[in-house]
Amino acid sequence: MANIIELHGIIKRYFIGKPNELQVLNGLDIEVPEGEFVSIIGESGSGKSTLMNIIGMLDRPTEGTYSLGGIDTLVQPDVVLSRLRGQKVGFVFQTFNLIGRMNAQKNVEMPMLYNHVPAKERAERAAHLLEIVEMADRAKHQPNELSGGQKQRVAIARAMANDPDVILADEPTGALDSATGRLVMDIFHDLHERYGKTIVLITHNPELAEETQRIITLKDGDIVGVRAGAGHGGRQNAAPTEALS
Amino acid sequence: MNFGDNISQAFTSLRANKMRALLTMLGIIIGIAAVIAIMTVGSSMQNSISDQMQSLGVNNITVYIQQKDDGWGRGGPGMMGAFPGQQQGPGEDDLITNEMLTALREEYPDEIQAYSLSVDVGSGSTTAGSKYAYISIMGANSEYMTANNIDITRGRFVNDQDSDGRRKVAVVSDKLVSSMFGEEDPIGKTIMAVTDSHVGTYTIVGVYQTESSDFGPTTTSDADTQTEMYIPLGTAQKIMGTDGYQMFTIMSATSVNATTFSEQVQSALGKYYSRNEEYEVSTFSMESMVETVTSMLSQVTLAISAIAAIALLVGGIGVMNIMLVSITERTREIGVRKALGATNGEIRAQFIVEAIVICFIGGIIGIILGIILGMIGVQVINSMSSGEGGDMSYGTSVSVNAILLATGFSMAIGLFFGYYPANKAAKLDPIDALRFE
Ligand SMILES: Nc1ncnc2c1ncn2[C@@H]1O[C@H](COP(=O)(O)OP(=O)(O)OP(=O)(O)O)[C@@H](O)[C@H]1O
Ligand SMILES: [Mg+2]
Repeated sequence: MANIIELHGIIKRYFIGKPNELQVLNGLDIEVPEGEFVSIIGESGSGKSTLMNIIGMLDRPTEGTYSLGGIDTLVQPDVVLSRLRGQKVGFVFQTFNLIGRMNAQKNVEMPMLYNHVPAKERAERAAHLLEIVEMADRAKHQPNELSGGQKQRVAIARAMANDPDVILADEPTGALDSATGRLVMDIFHDLHERYGKTIVLITHNPELAEETQRIITLKDGDIVGVRAGAGHGGRQNAAPTEALS
Repeated sequence: MNFGDNISQAFTSLRANKMRALLTMLGIIIGIAAVIAIMTVGSSMQNSISDQMQSLGVNNITVYIQQKDDGWGRGGPGMMGAFPGQQQGPGEDDLITNEMLTALREEYPDEIQAYSLSVDVGSGSTTAGSKYAYISIMGANSEYMTANNIDITRGRFVNDQDSDGRRKVAVVSDKLVSSMFGEEDPIGKTIMAVTDSHVGTYTIVGVYQTESSDFGPTTTSDADTQTEMYIPLGTAQKIMGTDGYQMFTIMSATSVNATTFSEQVQSALGKYYSRNEEYEVSTFSMESMVETVTSMLSQVTLAISAIAAIALLVGGIGVMNIMLVSITERTREIGVRKALGATNGEIRAQFIVEAIVICFIGGIIGIILGIILGMIGVQVINSMSSGEGGDMSYGTSVSVNAILLATGFSMAIGLFFGYYPANKAAKLDPIDALRFE
């Protein structure tokens, strides 16, 4: 299976040229095949979010190459990166990051707005996505009228808006209790299995990581372990894990 | 993201903070309202002043002699009848003579329709039996009536035959008639006129209406009011022992540009005075007065508008300030939007549109407010001028140009002052914006 994400020699440094120069990623090589559900774990400060932001093209690495779906992202201008973010990637944040003045429906429509989807189609698709995450009855609610789990489900619907290839989730259950976290995790499994999405999940919860197909462990900016997970609760259709090259 | 989406996004975020949006608009509202109000009052006044003056006869040119400028600019257009230099007075040699008038008429036969001539005899009183009234006596030719819009209600005005025959006839005011003769017909009655230098008996041949008579029945103070008594020009000249005039009015043809013609008259008559050490000829026309007043008004309007424009500038800076605050507050939102696919240009457009929408709404409110204020202003001026006995009344005229200009200008302010904050938002690094606490 083709790799949708290919990172080679990714180095990230902060405070470059200053006495307190800090290297947080030490030349990582990661390949993620299309349709894989992979998790990244590691202690706090190990560089997980930094890595995720690079994959999401929100940040540029100091060195290295990164291709997403065959596109060499690091040579692209900002405008192209914006479009790639909007169309190829769906973000799910730990703190949801819904826009407060807009109801759930409008929040889900937002990525489509930037993808020039006509208004009618936007509304229809947003409604459909809210149904998938079982939030249809809350479509007209403002974010501050929703619980954390409900917000995160809206955020997942939003991440799916432009039918991206990759979903990037940085501690999506971090702000939720375990039962709600479970619910969110089930939605990710669903997106993976039913819709074939490639999912990169950062989590501090080892049990949740175990459910994914492959677990990458980071420590101080290095990959210190790659192992296969259980896939989804021993489901038979789970794709086989692939070794890190 | 198309333009319509931008507008609806702008409204969404303005609705989220209505009070702030309103306060932000306030500067724009005040600035635009001030400009529109001033322009409304200004153009209303300008329109009706020129209307009024047009009806007063812009084609009359007043010619008068005045003492050569001794640094205090004696005399001037406002001096009808009341000469400041009267104590010493111009000598017989200084006056404008009939020869000059004839020569002038020969030089400009097409331009000059008629002369309105007058000689001031002085003021005093008239008596008939036990009744009396205060008057000032003015010798006038027949054209004087037309030139000065004298409204004869009974009898006739003094004419050339009266003048040639030096007849002792008089045209008096309706006020004088009512205080001296009551309801009786005054025509043919004789009155005795007394001034410092002259005593004479006159037969009344006509009555004219005083201007304020349309303000209801005569009041008690009317008996003490001094009114003009017109006698034939020749009669007055004989009394004063003079052939000349301190002033006269040219009634020029309607086709003539009174302003230019008055300059020509001034130089034509000026040559008679080139060797006169004390006096010179001056002219003034209603038309040049209209022009002066109109240009003064538009300058005042412009000057006040400039001040209002400063208010607009301050308003614009207010918009910029609030936009900067709002962008700082919404840094995370900007980060999220970028993560969801917004380009720098789209973020910039979003905030510029927001600023323009604020300024546009502010501009519209300002225009409405300005028109209302302008109308009130015109009403106030009208009530003030009618209170003084004037019959000026200004119609309100709102300039469409001013409205379009104000709308365009307010949006331009939004664009101008919105650009910097919007650009700042656009250039935010997505990851920095997302991490912003
Ligand atoms: N903008 C930045 N400037 C300087 N240092 C940074 C910046 N962002 C991250 N770092 C540093 O990079 C290192 C990795 O941070 P990162 O956020 O990737 O950790 P993480 O693995 O996601 O941790 P956590 O599990 O707590 O979220 C940390 O030491 C952090 O201090
Ligand atoms: Mg992190």
